[in-house]
Amino acid sequence: MSEPATKSMNMIEAINSALDVMLEKDPEVVIMGEDVGYFGGVFRATAGLQKKHGKTRVFDTPISECGIIGVGVGMAAYGLRPVPEIQFADYIYPGLDQLVSEAARMRYRSANDFICPMTVRSPFGGGIFGGQTHSQSPESLFTHVCGIKTVIPATPYDAKGLLIAAIEDNDPVVFFEPKRIYNGPFSGYYDRPVEPWSKHDGSAVPEGYYRIDLSKAAVVREGEAVTVLTYGTMVHVVKAVVAEHGIDAEIIDLRTLLPLDIETIEASVKKTGRCMVVHEATRTSGFGAELAAQVQERCFYHLEAPIERVTGFDTPYPHSLEWAYFPGPVRLARAFDKIMKD
Amino acid sequence: MVHGIKNNLAPLHLHVPEPKFRPGDKADFSDIIIPEVDAITRPDERASPADIHALAYGLVRVLDDDNRAVGSWNPGLDADTLRNMLRKMLLLRAFDDRMFRAQRQGKTSFYMKSFGEEATSVATTMALHSDDMCFPSYRQQGILITRDYPLVDMMNQIYSNSGDRLKGRQLPIMYSAKDYGFFSISGNLTTQYPQAVGWAMASASRADTRISAVWCGDGSTAEGDFHSALTFAAVYNAPVIFQVVNNQWAISSFSGFAGSERTTFAARAIGYGIAGLRVDGNDALAVFAAMQWAANRARTNGGPTLIEYFTYRGEGHSTSDDPGAYRAAEEYALWPLGDPVTRLKDHLIVIGAWSDEQHEALILELSNSVKATQKEAEQNGILGHGLHHPMETMFEDVFEEMPWHLKEQCEQMLEEQRDKFGPEWEAR
Repeated sequence: MSEPATKSMNMIEAINSALDVMLEKDPEVVIMGEDVGYFGGVFRATAGLQKKHGKTRVFDTPISECGIIGVGVGMAAYGLRPVPEIQFADYIYPGLDQLVSEAARMRYRSANDFICPMTVRSPFGGGIFGGQTHSQSPESLFTHVCGIKTVIPATPYDAKGLLIAAIEDNDPVVFFEPKRIYNGPFSGYYDRPVEPWSKHDGSAVPEGYYRIDLSKAAVVREGEAVTVLTYGTMVHVVKAVVAEHGIDAEIIDLRTLLPLDIETIEASVKKTGRCMVVHEATRTSGFGAELAAQVQERCFYHLEAPIERVTGFDTPYPHSLEWAYFPGPVRLARAFDKIMKD
Repeated sequence: MVHGIKNNLAPLHLHVPEPKFRPGDKADFSDIIIPEVDAITRPDERASPADIHALAYGLVRVLDDDNRAVGSWNPGLDADTLRNMLRKMLLLRAFDDRMFRAQRQGKTSFYMKSFGEEATSVATTMALHSDDMCFPSYRQQGILITRDYPLVDMMNQIYSNSGDRLKGRQLPIMYSAKDYGFFSISGNLTTQYPQAVGWAMASASRADTRISAVWCGDGSTAEGDFHSALTFAAVYNAPVIFQVVNNQWAISSFSGFAGSERTTFAARAIGYGIAGLRVDGNDALAVFAAMQWAANRARTNGGPTLIEYFTYRGEGHSTSDDPGAYRAAEEYALWPLGDPVTRLKDHLIVIGAWSDEQHEALILELSNSVKATQKEAEQNGILGHGLHHPMETMFEDVFEEMPWHLKEQCEQMLEEQRDKFGPEWEAR
């Protein structure tokens, strides 16, 4: 058997490829959202899909997130596998009632009578001068909801494999795409040129079908000194800082936030004795708080230093002061200094 | 920039709606306009929404003041069908009575009757095909009864007992019955509206022939989902039937708080460019005829319809509600559109297909049958009396497969139960 053909893709192309593969493979898959049809999406994630698969499979919707997700729940109840897009995660809130009260609870409240195999895709995260409503990272609002899975990829390869797995999953999945790394990984040094994905690992993407199981973290760098738990854009920022400072960190890309891969986390922290959690989202009640609590409960006697949280500040996402807000290299380096000192 | 009050303008004032009658008042509904039967004749089912605006302000009626079925909307149902319709409405009423009493006896926590609104669930369902999908609110138990869903299963759900198909997870009356075309009821109002549209869009996109029908109350039309649903249905010409059961009350708020002082609920269809019908909700034949019109329209790709059933919530909102605290007593007795069961019964008597004796005998038969079913259901337990699904089932179906954190929490719960009831608890 020959190796499946791979192609160098950026994250947008990998997502587009995942959607194309699933539209081809499963007639129940439908894609909808604002500007996703004829135009192909404001980020081009659905480019060419309507032309290839037809208007009843890939179509534009009215500007109504509540409607998009509510209609998706109804389509799933019929037996389809809807993949709605919310143009920015910052605009998912009008659809929250449908996600939290309906999609997440459908299987439970009906005792398996009705299910909701829906995947809500949405670009998220900052670092693009998106200001308050094009930068948010609302993942903890979803990890707090029982019945929803939350997935965030960090490479084109993972994005395609995880998205295919999310679409095939019979539970509702919120799939957040870090738009800062759509075109290339981001080191956190905003004043340096961004290299395209083609020059990086993770951009070699099989053209056909493959999946990456949900709820499995990836150890993206093995190390002995400290465990860093992170996801999305921050995986690359942490990698850059660790390389620059020569820190022997074990970097874990969680990939699926809920259900969490606790075994990989526990094994790593027990090995290193130190744990840092890193996310772009605001600090208080962010997902990092849950990670810190889990590690504290499970690895207490192995910890040699307090768990460190490196996050966005507890303010709305600012426009002009983006780089003072973003948890970049300076904040990370200080946190590494602190956690290694103890 | 002008500061302060300008002397030459009368001050603005905020209008806060107030119902006409409060406790202690004598209700008087003489201002409600009830058009003649056939004031607007039945249009073709392919009519353009723009050509039938008047129907959104009128009142589709079939039964005249002498309880005869007349006019262009008369669906021409045979006596057997009419007797079946009456039987289902009476069965619903008997079921409601029994379950309301069961709540008062402490056998369950909660119940909601649909007294006075029986036609809006029974007659509508009879006008649908059995495989059309219904997206009900919590006051359409008549759909299940009309489709012959086992009453014992409804009761098991109300008792949250060991026979409850929903495993005790849901508040009483939040049924789910996919096999009967009855969508899982949610406590969150009007969420079912866009869902019904999505279901209908899916059916259309798969070149299916099934349609969906969705119900909400007058109060719930104020929810954003109502607007989203009507927009999507209009945009995609979805084969869905929107129904607003305007029973005048949303708990203690009269329909004015949903905007009824300015226009009808059916007229909301006009702005979306879909067909709107306003119907006498206590005239079972008119309700049937309107639903049949809308169903035929949807089934032939004519698009969605919004039907308002003008009716009255005959009793309290729920077992937790006392309507005497906010509305005039005797309102239901004075309601100008009468009682849907009485009117259908009188019609059957007028056409010589029914009698008072038969009616009384049927009420007794149904009451006894419901009582017997209740005994059967109570064999499976009542709320809080031990017989329930195994406790582990609390953690099932959150996801398709139980993740580790739920397994851990399940084990914790079982340990708590062992602490509480002793080691022999598991052997029980």
